[in-house]
Amino acid sequence: MCAAHNRLADMKRKTFAGGIHPPDNKQWSAHLAIEDCPLPAELIVPLAQHIGAPSVPCVEVGQQVLKGQVVGSAKGFVSVPVHAPTSGEVLAVEKRPHPWGMALPAVVIRPDGEDRWSPELQPADPGELSPEQIVEKVRQAGVVGMGGAAFPAHVKMSPPPEKPIKTLIFNGVECEPYLTADHRMMLEEPERILQGVALLQYVLGVERVVIGIEANKPDAIALISEMCAGTPVEVISLEVKYPQGAEKQLINAVTGREVPSGGLPMDIGVAVHNVSTAAAVADAVVHGRPLIERVCTVTGPAIREPKNLRIRIGTLLSHLVDVCGGLAEEPGKIILGGPMMGFAQLGFDVPATRGTSGLLLLRHEDVDPQPEGPCIRCARCVQACPMNLLPTTIAAYARRSLSAEAAEYRAMDCIECGSCSYVCPSSIPLVQVIRFGKAAILAKKRKE
Amino acid sequence: MNEVSQQLYLSSSPHIHSGETTAKVMRAVLYSLVPACAVAVYFFGLSALLVLLLAILGCLGTEAVCQRLMGQPVTIADGSAAITGVLLALNLPPTSPWWLTLLGAVIAIVIGKQVYGGLGSNPFNPALVARVVLLISFPVQMTTWSAPAPLGSGLDLVTTATPLGAWKNAVMLTGQAPVELQGGTAQYFLGNMAGCIGEVSALALLIGAAYLFYRRILTWHIPAAFVGSVVVLSGLFWLINPAKYPSPIFHLVTGGLVLGAFYMATDMVTTPVSPRGMLLFGVGCGLLTVLIRLFGGYPEGVSFAILLMNAATPLIDRYLRPRTFGVQAGKG
Repeated sequence: MCAAHNRLADMKRKTFAGGIHPPDNKQWSAHLAIEDCPLPAELIVPLAQHIGAPSVPCVEVGQQVLKGQVVGSAKGFVSVPVHAPTSGEVLAVEKRPHPWGMALPAVVIRPDGEDRWSPELQPADPGELSPEQIVEKVRQAGVVGMGGAAFPAHVKMSPPPEKPIKTLIFNGVECEPYLTADHRMMLEEPERILQGVALLQYVLGVERVVIGIEANKPDAIALISEMCAGTPVEVISLEVKYPQGAEKQLINAVTGREVPSGGLPMDIGVAVHNVSTAAAVADAVVHGRPLIERVCTVTGPAIREPKNLRIRIGTLLSHLVDVCGGLAEEPGKIILGGPMMGFAQLGFDVPATRGTSGLLLLRHEDVDPQPEGPCIRCARCVQACPMNLLPTTIAAYARRSLSAEAAEYRAMDCIECGSCSYVCPSSIPLVQVIRFGKAAILAKKRKE
Repeated sequence: MNEVSQQLYLSSSPHIHSGETTAKVMRAVLYSLVPACAVAVYFFGLSALLVLLLAILGCLGTEAVCQRLMGQPVTIADGSAAITGVLLALNLPPTSPWWLTLLGAVIAIVIGKQVYGGLGSNPFNPALVARVVLLISFPVQMTTWSAPAPLGSGLDLVTTATPLGAWKNAVMLTGQAPVELQGGTAQYFLGNMAGCIGEVSALALLIGAAYLFYRRILTWHIPAAFVGSVVVLSGLFWLINPAKYPSPIFHLVTGGLVLGAFYMATDMVTTPVSPRGMLLFGVGCGLLTVLIRLFGGYPEGVSFAILLMNAATPLIDRYLRPRTFGVQAGKG
């Protein structure tokens, strides 16, 4: 009765068309308070952690660094500096295994255990700062989108004058199954988040501020709503549906508008930031502290004790596994991020980055791939696609390397949420093939 | 135990799957057909059961032989051939001789399905291909109908006409629809009329369809558009001349309309994939059905209507694509 009632209530909640309902599996960690992860013996801080140009190393081997000190400086506008997550000695500046599946330049630091802050980092009174100064502080602090895409936050805070932002949306949806990092942040550190919300609102001068939270987090919705009572910030409960937290789908659910194909949210006067990014903005501006740590959910059936950990950037996954009581079972797949859009890893020897919202360990039985069958044209992928594409048609063209046809069927509008592959009864790797097709389309374009 | 063996799966996202398989979908469709089969056996007795079993075994056997001959893995366990068998049986008269049923099974699998490349590649509904080939080749056997003789009633199967056939004959002879036909709609709905094995009970078919809706294997688009357009067009004729044209309710509960609209026209492989495409497909089926019933040479037009719309499916899919998110309507 209660479940049916909830379902009914859910149907009235705002959402987008299409999407899927995977089991959310958040019960493993949703109730667990954030714990500080002990410092590892070695931190491997990648210089490429964000979308855009990688940072350039500015420390030498053997040099002592302080917590928060810049170890890699930004290169260009769409780039951010990288900082030392603790005080210690630089052991190496070299290529190390990276979550993106290759070896990339990183600064290796041996913590001295004192965790001393750099004295250059000073708190500031945000009331005395101009919007430009705030944006600059955010850039210097290396704040990137913490939902996973890791797009530099200051870029989104500096829209061109002809595209003013009218609606600012904070993403507290966390629609990926298993992950609970944003949920715990909203429950345990709402002040930091709301401080960031206020700062971003001030910088962008927006009319409407919305915090969107999926309805499976009623405690977070209640708490944030209570704290926002009497302020212009709206808290909206969104239907539990994947990919509710995808930028375009979230904007659509909140405003009813669609980001034009090939365009950006700013084209319709909207900016979206993750709630954890808002907290990082507050740290950067109010405390002068750079983005050197984040909350990461370590979870999945193959880990012994799931936890929500506050980790330093550069912590190896093997350390996270140790802190969580080790493996309960041999993992079949190691995933950084959630099960729908995360990245499978070759092992535990890669570091967590600013975009690492979760470490998910699945067993062999959870990932045992089914043999692929022929498409029976059941159209489930069509119904699931939140972009209203024809995944099976695009995939069929992409497989035959017919990239012009794939492009005509709007392959480039695919947001790669994976809903099509998830529902396919024939286990056709639809989104995987579409990714391949998109790469082929881009390669062709570059050639021309 | 922090050792990781060499056996890690590495693939791009997503890393989880709904667990739905083609075999599960097919099995659900088979379950949904159980009520209709049960009612048919109740009304027509063992002869209907025999047709059902022969058709299923014929389809499974033919598919296995085809795949063996082509050196392909035998996939009869996926259930699709069994569904073709059941649907074929439901489209045959309960008195079909054994050779007719088996021939239909071979036609359905060989000409309807395997020549095109098997599951997923056939443009036409295999069961309907077989039905129409048989109907044209063996008109006598395919249109010899018997009145229902419920189990335990002690009645023998007696040759009679279907309600649609009776109407067509009457109209051709007298220009008027017989009044008694219109009065029997409630009985027709339950299945107490002459017809193909699966045409008899609209109620049993609807129960099965409800299960498929619940399992989200059926969407409402094709059945609603099909039934809706039949009601609208037949209603129009009925309003113009109720003495000659039967009422929409008569159209709905007689013949193969429910079987067609919920099971034959919703065959995933041979119908459009987009919601708008499905609607157009359903409307096309409905209009063609009424036109064939009222003005065609055959009393029943559902099979022909669906096959004609099957032929139009690639075209519909090409021109009726969903509007992509973020693309203004009309801007391609």
